[in-house]
Amino acid sequence: MTKAFCFMATQTADPIIHNASPDAVVVRFAGDSGDGMQLTGGQFTLSTALAGNDLATFPDFPAEIRAPQGTLFGVSAFQINFGSREISTAGDAPDVLVAMNPAALKVNLASLKPGGLIIADSGEFTKRNLEKAKYESNPLEDGSLAQWDLLAFDISALTIEAVKDFGLGNKDALRSKNMWTLGLALWMFDRDRQPLIDWLNAKFRTKPDIAAANVAALNAGHAYGETAELSGPLKQVHIGPVESAPGLYRTITGAEAVSLGLVAGAQLAGLPMFFGGYPITPASSILHHLARLKEFGVTTFQAEDEIAAICASIGASYAGQLGVTSSSGPGIALKGEAMGLAVMTEMPLVIVNSQRGGPSTGLPTKTEQSDLYQAVYGRNGDAPIPVVAASSPGDVFECAIEACRIAVEYMTPVMLLTDGYIANAAEPWKVPDVDSFEPFTAKFLTENNNPDGKVLPYKRDAKGARPWIKPGTPGLMHRIGGIEKKEGTGNIDYSPENHQAMTDARKAKIDGITVPDQGVTLGEEGGKLAVVGWGSTFGPIRRAVDNCRKKGLDVSHIHFRHIWPLPANSGELLRKYDKVLVPEMNTGQFKTVLRDQLLVDAQPYTKTSGQPFKIAELEAAIELALAE
Amino acid sequence: MTEVAKIETTLKDWETDQEVRWCPGCGDYAILKAVQRTLPQLGADPKNTVFISGIGCSSRFPYYMETYGFHTIHGRAPAFATGVKLANPDLDVWLVTGDGDGLSIGGNHMMHVLRRNVNMQIMLFNNEIYGLTKGQYSPTSREHTRTPTSPLGSVDHPANPCAFALGSGARFIGRGFDVSKNLPDVLKAAHAHQGAAFIEIFQNCIVYNKDVFDDFAAPKGAEDRQLWLEHGQPMLFGNAKKGDIKGLKLVPETFSFEVVDVVDGDWEAAGVCVHDAKNRMLAHMLIELEFGPYPMPLGVIYDDPKPTYESAVIAERAKAVEGKDNNLARLLAKGQTWTVSGTAQDPV
Repeated sequence: MTKAFCFMATQTADPIIHNASPDAVVVRFAGDSGDGMQLTGGQFTLSTALAGNDLATFPDFPAEIRAPQGTLFGVSAFQINFGSREISTAGDAPDVLVAMNPAALKVNLASLKPGGLIIADSGEFTKRNLEKAKYESNPLEDGSLAQWDLLAFDISALTIEAVKDFGLGNKDALRSKNMWTLGLALWMFDRDRQPLIDWLNAKFRTKPDIAAANVAALNAGHAYGETAELSGPLKQVHIGPVESAPGLYRTITGAEAVSLGLVAGAQLAGLPMFFGGYPITPASSILHHLARLKEFGVTTFQAEDEIAAICASIGASYAGQLGVTSSSGPGIALKGEAMGLAVMTEMPLVIVNSQRGGPSTGLPTKTEQSDLYQAVYGRNGDAPIPVVAASSPGDVFECAIEACRIAVEYMTPVMLLTDGYIANAAEPWKVPDVDSFEPFTAKFLTENNNPDGKVLPYKRDAKGARPWIKPGTPGLMHRIGGIEKKEGTGNIDYSPENHQAMTDARKAKIDGITVPDQGVTLGEEGGKLAVVGWGSTFGPIRRAVDNCRKKGLDVSHIHFRHIWPLPANSGELLRKYDKVLVPEMNTGQFKTVLRDQLLVDAQPYTKTSGQPFKIAELEAAIELALAE
Repeated sequence: MTEVAKIETTLKDWETDQEVRWCPGCGDYAILKAVQRTLPQLGADPKNTVFISGIGCSSRFPYYMETYGFHTIHGRAPAFATGVKLANPDLDVWLVTGDGDGLSIGGNHMMHVLRRNVNMQIMLFNNEIYGLTKGQYSPTSREHTRTPTSPLGSVDHPANPCAFALGSGARFIGRGFDVSKNLPDVLKAAHAHQGAAFIEIFQNCIVYNKDVFDDFAAPKGAEDRQLWLEHGQPMLFGNAKKGDIKGLKLVPETFSFEVVDVVDGDWEAAGVCVHDAKNRMLAHMLIELEFGPYPMPLGVIYDDPKPTYESAVIAERAKAVEGKDNNLARLLAKGQTWTVSGTAQDPV
């Protein structure tokens, strides 16, 4: 097939992509799940970060590993928003949509900005693929895309041509299609190819032919851009570096950051880490990362199920390591009973929940914040557990350290909430100075703490924490378990006054956890409206509040990290606003906690589509709240 | 794992100040005494000994042992014990479970601790009933057992704990019963075995399933119904005083055993098999022997160690960390980084 090339400039265009130096651009790469879109997006992210832009990404992929080719439900997409200004979300609507097949175009077209640019692989717009995507006629040719700019050319054929010297079959040659596309994108945004070439050569170290073919495809895509520019329609766009605090930067995903934070937390506690996990989307990547960090004193254990994963972690904590387990909602549900045992035996433990859409299996690869009730209330008995929630990929690092600190200092299980969006999304991350974190070295009891007799495993310190006693310690043998413990001795005691006292003690210990006072994230301490968030809604809320403030609206953003217990000043702070609006990707769970704990009239603004909030949606909600 | 020095103790050193709360006459008392009698003979050290249990009558066991003890949740003791052994392989872990705890709610964990071969002793008290919840039928209850949940008699086929263990990959299978004087010998062999040692202990629940094992455990006529196995010894049973000795002879044509009379002690002439505890096929045959036509095989049925899970984890870790940098600051700054100084970016 010859190169089909058409370009339709439209008068309705949003100028962003026609502007040679906009301050931010949103690009969405979409293709079949086998087209390597996540990898393309990941590598584009890296080159964007290296160019000094701020960025945020949103990988959006199906639950099926290899859905039937060309189908609508098999479409995998990766969205990136990057700019020379602060970027806090992956962007509401793409300026550029790269569609590798008809299904990818169909699924993603609705979100594309009017006047935005479509780059399509016309080679994939075959009769069969059009049928699979339920197109009656070819949208590249029937004028239905008139409101957008369209660049359609046969990327498949161009890729085969580019790699023909490497003796690959058509099927293997087409695997480099994503690199060709990436090459074009790198040209389009004036990115350095060398880091990519280095990466390809390292990745295919043992297969130099494949490496060379991919590099050739990348270079061909890049060259195509240059040639096309010479011939007129395609324009190169320059986005300058963002102003950032001086320091060393890298890109990081939430799954990486939580792994690194846990490693740092264990080091600050002076403990080896035991991580018990069971494969589940989107939490598995934490287990993958930690399995490669054995040199940091990490033991990873892939258990037979979610229950065994937490139980083995509690066993390891009992034996003196820092037990950590991780899962997503359905797996967390299975761990519930064991969490209760960790509460009863007052054992340090970190439980990471990478939330996804629920209930039941729900939306495994989509994001939601609907496990907040589960985290705060979801156990039998009065079983309080501190809950810490991370707001961005970089923030998880600190939150993981905080969870480790609370677990060790208070001898308690701690729930760390993150979500599918944070786990998979990437952002530039200023590498923290490890020495800036205060150590919280774990102390083990080595001498009898009872001058009048046998050791008292439930004798509490000033914080209400019991001593941590490792089996193997001479003279301190004792028994613990899930049956109500007698104050002090830890022996079985069902008596009414003891259960009352122990329930009170467990509650008081968690209520008394020291957490920093809640500050205002953006805006003033008081006013007409506080938009209160937690978790991964941070980016869209921040941007929406910022936009509204620039419009002169009296609105502030308050973002909570500590969900349970809440910071001591929370009620006092929220009462300084006339209204409190709580946007959440659930049906209003944190709103309930705020009302329950603080008696403030928190109003919900909720969304459960499996997609993050759009800035525009939040701006509208803010304007509505202020107008009422 | 380091070699632990043997410690001098007596039975009293292993008793706690807690009142034992099993029903009077429960077989658990005899097992507790057998364990407390065995540990001093092993030279075990109370501070390095950990008893871990699930839920059920048997699982109260740790409270009565002056050691470290963890009474966990229903069925999950093998998972806790695995975490304990991975965190500190030097601890001597004894797992206490029952037929409901270990084979019903916890069957999955039992399978995995056995196939992984985590070094510990697993005592499964089999009383063929749920005792603590007041007498419902269990996964080992015989067919037609009448209980509150099976008023017309249970219709489930029972599981064979030793066959389950062997099928899961266990490298040690022992069997005894609560009041047997040989139980400490089985426990000692289990302790000597490096790896997961599975011991089925028939235990009389005098309240809900009384004397259900009497057909082989009752003292009268026991010689004829109990086959105590010893590695390297012929598989003989019967009353020596009366000169009524029998043995098991292999019938190769049907791949089964035949009970043969041994005349004048000449077991070789009678063709009696010698027990080989390392023979997995033989273990399968012994475990599947039908009681009645054949005696109940007891003692060490199978004992053929292979490397433990924790030793493999330790070896893997040693290999993985070799020559690796464990500086956290360098880990955080790994991958492609760039430096921002003022407003200029310099890719590193």
